Amino acid sequence: MRALKVTKVAALALTFAWIAGCSSTSTQTDSADMTGGMGGTDGAMSSGMGDSGSLSGSSLPGAVANLQTVFYFDFDQSTVRADSFADLEAHARYLAANPQAQVRLEGHADERGTREYNMALGERRGNAVSRFLMVNGVGNGQVEVVSYGEEKPAMMGHDNGSWSQNRRVELKYVN
Amino acid sequence: MKDKLLACCLLLMLALPFAARAELVVEVTQGVDAPTPLAVVPFGSSGTAALPEDIAAIVSTDLERSGFFATMKRADMLSFPSQQNQVYFRDWRVSGQNYLLIGRISSTGGQQLDVVYELYDVLKEQRVFGEQISGTTGNMRDIAHYIADQVFEKLTGVRGAFSTRIAYVTAQSRGNGQHLYQLQLADSDGARARTILESREPILSPAWSRDGSKLAYVSFESSRPGIYVQHLASGQREKVQSFPGLNGAPAWAPDGQRLALTLSKDGNPEVYVLDLAQRQLTRITHHYGIDTEPTWAPDGRSILFTSDRGGQPQIYRVYLADRRIERVTFEGNYNSSGKLTQDGRFLAMVHRSAGAGAAFNIAVQDLKTGRLDILTQTSLDESPTIAPNGSIVLYATQEGNRGVLAASSLDGRVRFRMPASSGDVREPAWSPYLQ
Repeated sequence: MRALKVTKVAALALTFAWIAGCSSTSTQTDSADMTGGMGGTDGAMSSGMGDSGSLSGSSLPGAVANLQTVFYFDFDQSTVRADSFADLEAHARYLAANPQAQVRLEGHADERGTREYNMALGERRGNAVSRFLMVNGVGNGQVEVVSYGEEKPAMMGHDNGSWSQNRRVELKYVN
Repeated sequence: MKDKLLACCLLLMLALPFAARAELVVEVTQGVDAPTPLAVVPFGSSGTAALPEDIAAIVSTDLERSGFFATMKRADMLSFPSQQNQVYFRDWRVSGQNYLLIGRISSTGGQQLDVVYELYDVLKEQRVFGEQISGTTGNMRDIAHYIADQVFEKLTGVRGAFSTRIAYVTAQSRGNGQHLYQLQLADSDGARARTILESREPILSPAWSRDGSKLAYVSFESSRPGIYVQHLASGQREKVQSFPGLNGAPAWAPDGQRLALTLSKDGNPEVYVLDLAQRQLTRITHHYGIDTEPTWAPDGRSILFTSDRGGQPQIYRVYLADRRIERVTFEGNYNSSGKLTQDGRFLAMVHRSAGAGAAFNIAVQDLKTGRLDILTQTSLDESPTIAPNGSIVLYATQEGNRGVLAASSLDGRVRFRMPASSGDVREPAWSPYLQ
């Protein structure tokens, strides 16, 4: 019982320490990084796609609002799975009919292996979906592929269940 | 008493993050079989107010972490000599010490100070060597790491690498799937960590220029991957490459004028060399498979890289003069992220043995004999980086649900880990020797 209490207190202290660490971070870096940090580059220290959540789900055009936007891949594979065909074809029909519409395909890998190699695997998956769309009539300029490799897992676990959710391509309408 | 100790611990936990965030703490988990016993006596000081750092403690920790030395606890010391006439060799011999390091610090006005240190051979009752160093209260940690380097080299014959630094990336969850990524720079013992880049988008693959003045890395801050070069002294940075597709895996040529990198602008990942002054890009590899993770041979004449041209990722070497390619790794079904020692003889890499469910480990291959040794027993090990003296490979691994840094000597005899106070730590990059 006593041990439990100690653990709790320690956990609380750690949490506090973490928060404290974070807050001291921003003050320190804001000044340190702003001086040289921003020089001539576009994205800035943070923002960028920070609220990329708005690109998916809720902002889907009406015609494709009910379609799947995350497509999963088998281990070590970059072929589009048959269970993705129907919804990808529907996205392709919409894009072909609306040439001004654009999508971003974000390719992801599971955490196993090296980060840069996984960047390449994520891109391969994004390219596979991109080719699928183009074969179905989507224009070259309507699709952009960006690989995040293993950097943005959907699930944080270190098991097969999480890994299968992380091997994916997310389709996001840009406009 | 117990409560008091607990209170102390809590206080420490609360205080640490203010002192330096995400600071890493070294824990030696395995040393050599018979480490050399050595006592580092607290340095005496005269004419100085309270000093900000305990030089002897830093030297002692450095040497202990190397795994080659077992350092004596202060509580066990019978005396704290700071000069030769205070040394009673018999006492140190009886307590089992082979070597004794003593020193003294004297203030020379303002922040200035002089540090004298002397190393003694306890068994021979002889002074091995000593030196006087001038410094300031602000660089006492540097002085301590310097002393540790000198002692290490004198007693092992290997140049010390305690005065080097490591770069690494931390990731902290901010909730709702958001993360804060920080590129950090710390001393080789994890102290004096500071953030040199912060972003809500991933940062990876930091790479040191050979002179230690710049870092190249990949940042997604513009919502696409870009390769950046940041000058460490000024903080000034520039985006050197951002084509559609992959922009990754920067690696400095030994001449410091060129970067090898991976681009997929021509359809699939290929290795290129970018001349930074001329802004000239040369494509090195031509294959429909994945070619990535370039790393230079120390002589600058060849580049090692990962390729799946054989069906599975393996490491290959391309000679720049004639673009001849040879396969380097053959054991196991996954070898990638190769890093060479400064003499070009040993290749550290991420390795997976053949066989279902095998883990990703760090392995080292002797390029002269072809022999491959697996150095780690964990799984999900990645991002190996070698100390400039070729003694230690530092890498990232998972511990529980957190990413931590761990290290092994190239012969596997010494191991230590460097857990951070919070968050994931990954993508370590060990600096070259610094001036």
